[in-house]
Amino acid sequence: MAHDSLYAQPEAPAERAEAHAWWRTALTRWDTVIVVVLAAVVVVASLSIDGFASTGNAQFLLLDVVPIALIALPLTLIIITGEIDLSVASTLGLCSAVMGQLWLTGLPLEVIVVLVVLLGGLLGAVNGVFVTRFGLPALAVTIGTLAAYRGLAYVVLGDRAVADFPYDWTAASLSTVAGGSLPWAMVMVLLLACAFGVVLHVTPFGRKLYAMGNNAEAASFAGVSVATAKFWLFVTSGAVSGLAGVFWTLRFASARADNAFALELAVVAAVLLGGVSIFGGRGALLGVLAGVLLLGTVRNALQLADVSSEALYVVTGSLLVASVVVPNVVGMARSWLRRRRRAAPA
Amino acid sequence: MKTGAPVAEGQQATPTAEPAKTNGRTRFVQRLWVVREIGIAAALGLLVLVTAIDSPGFLSAPSIRDVLLGASILVILAVGQTVVIVSRNIDLSVGSVLGLVAFATGKLFLAAPGTPIVLAILAGIGLGAVCGAINGALVATARVPALVITLGMLYVYRGVDHLWAKGQQINAADMPAGFLSMGTSTLLGVPVLAFIALAVVLVAGMYLHSYRSGRELYAIGSEPNAARLSGIPVGRRVFGAFVVCGGMAGLAGALYAARFGTIDATVGTGLELEVVAAAVVGGVAIFGGSGSVYGAALGALLLTTIGTSLAVLRIDPFWQQAVVGGLILAAIGLDRLLALRVANRLKGRSSHGA
Amino acid sequence: MSLRSRGVRIGVIATAVTAVLLAAGCGGTTRGSENGGGEPAASTGTANPDAPLKEGLSVAFLPKQINNPYFTVAGGGGEDAVAEFNGEYKEVGPSEASASSQVSYINTLTQQQTDVIATSANDPNAICGALNTARQSGAKVVTFDSDTNPECRDVFISQATAEGIAHVQVEMIAEQIGGKGKIAVLSATPNATNQNEWIELMKEELEKQEYSDIDLVTVAYGDDDDQKSFQETQGLLRSYPDLKGIVSPTTVGLAAAARYLSGSQYQGKVALTGLGTPNQMRQFVKDGTVEKFALWKPSDLGYLAAYAGAALASGQITGEQGQTFEAGKLGEYTIGENGVIVLGPPTVFEKSNIDEFDF
Repeated sequence: MAHDSLYAQPEAPAERAEAHAWWRTALTRWDTVIVVVLAAVVVVASLSIDGFASTGNAQFLLLDVVPIALIALPLTLIIITGEIDLSVASTLGLCSAVMGQLWLTGLPLEVIVVLVVLLGGLLGAVNGVFVTRFGLPALAVTIGTLAAYRGLAYVVLGDRAVADFPYDWTAASLSTVAGGSLPWAMVMVLLLACAFGVVLHVTPFGRKLYAMGNNAEAASFAGVSVATAKFWLFVTSGAVSGLAGVFWTLRFASARADNAFALELAVVAAVLLGGVSIFGGRGALLGVLAGVLLLGTVRNALQLADVSSEALYVVTGSLLVASVVVPNVVGMARSWLRRRRRAAPA
Repeated sequence: MKTGAPVAEGQQATPTAEPAKTNGRTRFVQRLWVVREIGIAAALGLLVLVTAIDSPGFLSAPSIRDVLLGASILVILAVGQTVVIVSRNIDLSVGSVLGLVAFATGKLFLAAPGTPIVLAILAGIGLGAVCGAINGALVATARVPALVITLGMLYVYRGVDHLWAKGQQINAADMPAGFLSMGTSTLLGVPVLAFIALAVVLVAGMYLHSYRSGRELYAIGSEPNAARLSGIPVGRRVFGAFVVCGGMAGLAGALYAARFGTIDATVGTGLELEVVAAAVVGGVAIFGGSGSVYGAALGALLLTTIGTSLAVLRIDPFWQQAVVGGLILAAIGLDRLLALRVANRLKGRSSHGA
Repeated sequence: MSLRSRGVRIGVIATAVTAVLLAAGCGGTTRGSENGGGEPAASTGTANPDAPLKEGLSVAFLPKQINNPYFTVAGGGGEDAVAEFNGEYKEVGPSEASASSQVSYINTLTQQQTDVIATSANDPNAICGALNTARQSGAKVVTFDSDTNPECRDVFISQATAEGIAHVQVEMIAEQIGGKGKIAVLSATPNATNQNEWIELMKEELEKQEYSDIDLVTVAYGDDDDQKSFQETQGLLRSYPDLKGIVSPTTVGLAAAARYLSGSQYQGKVALTGLGTPNQMRQFVKDGTVEKFALWKPSDLGYLAAYAGAALASGQITGEQGQTFEAGKLGEYTIGENGVIVLGPPTVFEKSNIDEFDF
């Protein structure tokens, strides 16, 4: 089924077409708002919460957001083209389980890491085939593979946990640049983010991704092979989820079938909070990174302030709802005012 | 990485199977979707048959009773979800609403032990409908995607549930015996819950099929803009669909309390994807416009039966989820095939007719 | 920018394969090529048994999951103990029982310079690193209910010896089914450390001559989820119509199984026992579904954990075997092998005594 809007779209913002002036439009968009909010939260938390602005805490905070940040990168591109991938957390879990199983067989860890990332790509390719080749809706397909991959993870590793990974490797997953608060894992995320950012915002390919999200049929007329591009995006999403699985396994020194259970909704929430439209065609990587960091920072700050974890649910949910409602309501109010102003002199 | 076979260009741009409606065509399409439902029923029959051959006890009255009991709550949720999905929306907050209402029901009995059972259930439906109305109002008036709103509200309702419960657990002993026995008792050998679920399915099925506002939901789901232009009050209908879905989740929550007796703030966590899966397996198109509550109910029954069957067949329980995932993929694949056939057939007809 | 051309695709695959071969060729890190141990957990200083308990100690309880009634009760015991030695008590934790969320909370507690962290591990390995970081910055770590690897904590408060728990459960079920017939176990999650240990020991116990007529046919997993446990009980009785008894060493599983049995034709015919709380089981003991079951007092568990933490933070003990300390109303305890402190034998609840307990 060709992807249409799930629901009637609001009056389409006129600036959407000006993808080439991305830096200018970015300044007036939701992702700028989210960066400002993030900065405000960091400042307020640093001033008012003991222990927030310490090296150690920053390290923990950044380590906590690495898996979500990683997975959010390719997912952003997928959502911009108007598709979705809900199987990411299950892919992570299956990759973690396979990583544990392979370690038990005595393969060198270097090989295992490569194999696991390839496996992630393969799992993503399965999604891609279902979506692009058979033309099935990505939402339904990836709900199916969400269940299937998690199930396979249990089939592979069952109730066991593999934990005897070498200390050098598990310590490396936690290590920071020059012993400061920036984990090397976060550096990896930032490098990947730069790569994804260049692809999305600078190359013609990236502009075509937006075009697909806005109108798949028009994009295909313009010579973009929609199916091929989407297929490779799903492969990338799987591979990056596999990489996140490697990180997760090493960071917690524990390969288990239930690793990152139900993380998919948190990742989707972060991407949407970052200003990416679920209909596709709109969003920027900077906003997504800010969205991921915002959720992580709020969580960390509330924990340090001894606010119960239940409140986190309410805050996360409200932020998400606000991220779509506020811009829309503001837009509606603006157009209503404009109409009134125009009507008044007459 | 080897699956990267050449992918045809423009494959995505397939025609949607929503033709201008003439009577003959509509009837043909309807017949095809009946076939679709028969297909699930057949799969269900096959599953039951295989299990029964392996262990005949599976077909005994108490065993069937258990399966029906297990499916009832999921069926009710799937019916509510279908009403929303056909209008090209989705409600991911149903698991949280169910949890909130289940806890509220327990709290109600704690506060007022003498509350009549019917009143408690109505209160549950009411609370659920309020939650649904909040979702619906946000989706319809702020004109924002349902997936995002209900994902946000999933967290909000769950958070409210946790904040309210504060670690409290409500036990069977806190609720009246009559209420609890409703959760497990039978009438003519069939669980009371199954009767309730059946009634919900029939009423919702009749509404969607025979009432103007029900049929308008399909029109909205097929082509929202066309629906709006043809004078259908889209916002109001969508709002109504969410209220119905919330109300169903509320009913399911109250029944959950009756059936399980032990309630804490985590009840119903993660249920939303199972509900959507049941609807999808039952042939409800995820982007709206087609599918029936009967199919969704059969889908829910099938998912529940798989769980029980695998346990009875002594298949490693770890396989269960993988099987469910495979089933979802098979079901949507089948739907795609059917839709293509419909499209071809209709194309053929119109060229003949012209 | 089409990636369709075959050349590109082959290139990608070739690069990947080369990477694998290169890595393999370099003779990478394999299992067993290293000892894989964590940071050494040096217990510093020597114990002074006569040191007074410090006042104003900050004690944090980090259960597997907040909002779990069992841990709420255990935390209540901890709170009482902390009040007795004039410390500051708090309970924090995730709302879902996952190890990764626990790590995040441990890191937060480290930042807050908490003196004592009392935790129950969702995964014996996954929270190890975080606990060791906390200890390096001065916190004392007590585990209770579910242990971590011994090198990641100072002491572990065991609810009872695993042998004791296995023993009492086998004894109860054997008595109820007349020493003969098929039994099944309804456990929590397949990963639960303590559950698996008890089940193993129960199997060993069943090897004994006196239990030779009892046949443990299967272990079912209810995931500590009420609905799943309920369904698994159904499945057990469906798969094994001649089942004589079910043992459920988890409170959620026992209550769910009891509720299923009490509403079915099996009530009173299939014996059920295990570990449960009196409040959840009262109804089923009174209606005859369950004859007797056992549990330690979770509040005592939390109480002892808090006192052990205070003793560690005050220098009375360091976690070495043989050291002793006073735990308020519970009296004197001695640290056993591997830093394990055993609470005591479980209490058996039955119709005659169940009304004396409220938790």
